[in-house]
Amino acid sequence: MGKKIIKVNHLLKEFSGTTAVNDISFDVKKGEVFAFLGPNGAGKSTTIKILITLLNPSRGDGLVDGLSVVRKPAEVRKIIGYVPQMISVDGSLTGYENLMLMAKLYNIPSQERKRRVDEILSFIDLYRQKDLMVRTFSGGMIRKLEIGQAMLHNPAVLFLDEPTSGLDPIARKNIWKHLLDIRKIYGTTIFFSTHYMDEAEAVSDRMVIMHLGKLAAIGTAAELKSKTKKPEATLEDAFIYFTGSTLQETGNFREIRRIREVERKLG
Amino acid sequence: MEYIKQIAYKSYVMTEMEVRKLLHDPTELITRAVQPILWLGVFGEALSKVKAIPTGTMTYLQYITPGILTQSVTFIAIFYGIAIIWERDMGLLQKLLVTPTPRLALVLGKMMSAGIRGLSQAVIVFVFAVILQIKLNVSLFSIVGVLVIIMLGAGFFTGLSMIIASIVKTRERFMGIGQVITLPLFFASNAIYPIAIMPSWLQFIAKINPLSYMVDGLRALIIGGNYVSLPQDIIVLAATTILISLVSTYMYPKVVI
Repeated sequence: MGKKIIKVNHLLKEFSGTTAVNDISFDVKKGEVFAFLGPNGAGKSTTIKILITLLNPSRGDGLVDGLSVVRKPAEVRKIIGYVPQMISVDGSLTGYENLMLMAKLYNIPSQERKRRVDEILSFIDLYRQKDLMVRTFSGGMIRKLEIGQAMLHNPAVLFLDEPTSGLDPIARKNIWKHLLDIRKIYGTTIFFSTHYMDEAEAVSDRMVIMHLGKLAAIGTAAELKSKTKKPEATLEDAFIYFTGSTLQETGNFREIRRIREVERKLG
Repeated sequence: MEYIKQIAYKSYVMTEMEVRKLLHDPTELITRAVQPILWLGVFGEALSKVKAIPTGTMTYLQYITPGILTQSVTFIAIFYGIAIIWERDMGLLQKLLVTPTPRLALVLGKMMSAGIRGLSQAVIVFVFAVILQIKLNVSLFSIVGVLVIIMLGAGFFTGLSMIIASIVKTRERFMGIGQVITLPLFFASNAIYPIAIMPSWLQFIAKINPLSYMVDGLRALIIGGNYVSLPQDIIVLAATTILISLVSTYMYPKVVI
């Protein structure tokens, strides 16, 4: 670790007069597991959408492995993987077909494609179920397949939006085992947003807390907790210290509905 | 050159996956067959007895067969917009947009998929026409021509539905607008009655309605005979499909914002 793989420089995004992301800057080091925390509406999703090239910033820029998300979005897409919070696999196809689709879209050469798909299926422990329709998969299997899809082209950075939302504790643990293995084996940088404080503290090297579009805090869990000046402070205490609310208190009707839909489908 | 190769290859990949889905669950083809069968078997049979609509030398059933095929293809294509919103809500669309796939290829893939579903409707309509003893012109030329026109027509209406989806953004709104657009386009066309019997204001709409050109081209090919307007039908459909695919490519990513 050391080289900065993500650099966010004075990023600002406005939507018809509302500032969703307000002049934020931070770096992520190569190989880091980096958590992105914040209440709904804090600018977390907008920042991720800019970094994965789905949105253009109003001002500022983001660099992924030196490539500008504004000027070189097509190049950035080749070196990142993305797992959305919602279920992003096709239930009407088999696990193998879902992986093949992504292998083709990521331009993995035809002579390597089958080997790579088989390798990923073994890695995510889904080789035996590869010919089953994905609609018959459990929530944990779906998430693993989605992570497998995002890993096919061996990306430099893996972006995950609430990767364990809606999963039971055993499935959550299993997903993180695989993600940490990915970091260990491939050196992939993992950038994720989460609502689970325990998870953020357990797996991340550093984290950011966003509040009202601004970067409220950045550092390790220990650093953020120490700023509360409370002995034995938890990460939840640090979150309240920097944002004035708990994560569970936030969210609008649409967001809550979406989260509950995902939880219902994965559960 | 590499960019064009990427567009062609990735459009093919997207279409291949849609075909695989159809092969896994072909019941959709059967359920979709109900509507054209009802239009031909009930509406067409009833009106052909009345002989109230002037259709020249062809029978009324011959006249509406290309119109019903067009309607069937259009209805399949226009609801691809819902599929886009569904894919956005699932997160699949965001994931596709983050892959190194040209936006145009994602749009063309949907258009071609709608075309393939449309071709399956052509087979159903042809088989039912044979059962109803509707005399059709079947030759290699007409089959190739029907294939081209269905792909172009399905492409146009898929592109249109994707533009609508990127504006309305929700399934509920799209359902309303989808109905509001498809039915007037169908009735303001030469699908089930000739343009000549329409009031002048409706004739104007029918003449700028791409659905009329699709029906006209299919009628020339399926019923046979007059190919004079066929090049014009294909040119209009091709030009509008190219234009709408470009607009759709520009609008498509806005669905996720």
